[in-house]
Amino acid sequence: MLTVKELSKDFTLHILGEKNIAACRDVSFNVPKGGFLGLSGPSGAGKSTVLKCIYRTYLPSSGAVWYDSAEYGRIDLAILPDRAVIDIRTREMGYVSQFLKVIPRVSALDVVMEPILARNGVSREEARSRAVGLLKRLRIPDHLFDAYPATFSGGEQQRINIAHAVSWKPRLLLLDEPTASLDSGSVDLVLELLKELREEGTTMIGIFHDSELMASVTDSIFTIS
Amino acid sequence: MEPLIRIRGLSKRFGNGCNRCLSATGPEFETNMCPHCGSVVACNDVSFDLFKNEALGIVGESGSGKSTLVRLLHFEWDATDGSMEIQRNAGLDTMPELFADGDLYSRNLLGLSPFQKRQVRNALMGIVYQNPFLGLRMNVSSGGNIAERLLGAGWRNIGKMRKRAAELLEKTEIPLDRMDEPPKNFSGGMQQRVQIAKALSNNPLILYLDEVTTGLDLSVQARVLDLIRTLQSEYKLSLLVVSHDLGVINLLCQRTMVMKYGRVVEAGLTDQILQDPQHKYTQLLVASQL
Repeated sequence: MLTVKELSKDFTLHILGEKNIAACRDVSFNVPKGGFLGLSGPSGAGKSTVLKCIYRTYLPSSGAVWYDSAEYGRIDLAILPDRAVIDIRTREMGYVSQFLKVIPRVSALDVVMEPILARNGVSREEARSRAVGLLKRLRIPDHLFDAYPATFSGGEQQRINIAHAVSWKPRLLLLDEPTASLDSGSVDLVLELLKELREEGTTMIGIFHDSELMASVTDSIFTIS
Repeated sequence: MEPLIRIRGLSKRFGNGCNRCLSATGPEFETNMCPHCGSVVACNDVSFDLFKNEALGIVGESGSGKSTLVRLLHFEWDATDGSMEIQRNAGLDTMPELFADGDLYSRNLLGLSPFQKRQVRNALMGIVYQNPFLGLRMNVSSGGNIAERLLGAGWRNIGKMRKRAAELLEKTEIPLDRMDEPPKNFSGGMQQRVQIAKALSNNPLILYLDEVTTGLDLSVQARVLDLIRTLQSEYKLSLLVVSHDLGVINLLCQRTMVMKYGRVVEAGLTDQILQDPQHKYTQLLVASQL
């Protein structure tokens, strides 16, 4: 499904006198369809960099990211034109960051509904009921549904973030520390959601700071040194 | 998917120009004025595609050529060079002369007669300026401002025009009991919303937004931006968003071009431009964000 081949990413900081920072070097791994790969390695090893290169928030410096797209067939995300990347992000590839980044002044319910409406071609009522179901499962209190997530606690924000990312059932999901700011009860809820999503066929790559937890949810682990 | 419009090699020079203008201006020389002949290269060799229902951002500091670009594409100024082609669409059914038989794209719109350009503009384009004085007649009622635009697009029935104006003003959150007041009575945020209503009156496919929130209070800015987001998804608009504010671009646009001294120095996905800027100038711009 996804083959990362000799991926390297350097940052050249022109405004700091052409300073060069090597964020990751020659990373290669493979994730089969429906698989869940965990990325491990010490802090600063480049785990997040690899995810951001796959999502194309970072432009890879060299190497390839081969992805079997439902729409386009086998493509190299490293060099795919911007418009096609947007299309893949819209239809197939989701990303959960460590922190919630949502559009301001949009309610929690709308944040979760929006991707369902935009991507799954269902009615407003259907999208709404799915979003409500998801928020309830993640134990977001009812009275917060129409509030702005920017005002929520860290744990609530992170659960909204996850609901937003999984609500439309992406084909490939990239997870960067999705459970970092959650209490153990919420962690279990999230892991259960991810498990269900996998059973429905979503392929995943994830970074988790808790190595025991990572071993329990993923089916293989790649260590970046 | 094919783009709605294709822009290739768009250039604008003010002055007579000489054969050294292009090799002596641009980001490397930190000027857009030719040291040999004094001509100003306002923009040079700009190429991009704009897709349906997409918002494309153009960032850059004052004088980078971003507003020039909009004025060329809105046919306010004549380009020195370059082409703009549009995909065949229902709005242009009355102008079959723009398309060679069976071609998906029109001939170069920048080469049309002034009359044809006006027709294309009335059929497809809307514009909102930073300065509402450019987009509105301040002494004419708000409804009248919209009616004027509708007249240009071929409307003739007063009752229908008034109904359409009311509809648009309602969409842009202007109280209807103030529709007969001239925009000079309104606050800056309201004037911007009347401008947006006017720009949308002909049901455009393409909306140019030139620094529309610059100079507004933060809360007013937020309302105008929310309105633009809602209208874009409702009317499936293609937006060309010119701003020096990366926050505005980040909120509205999935793709962004960065301009400096009349050249595009970088183009990419907006999150990539913000998190992994490639060009020295873009890195400076991102690092300068509050």
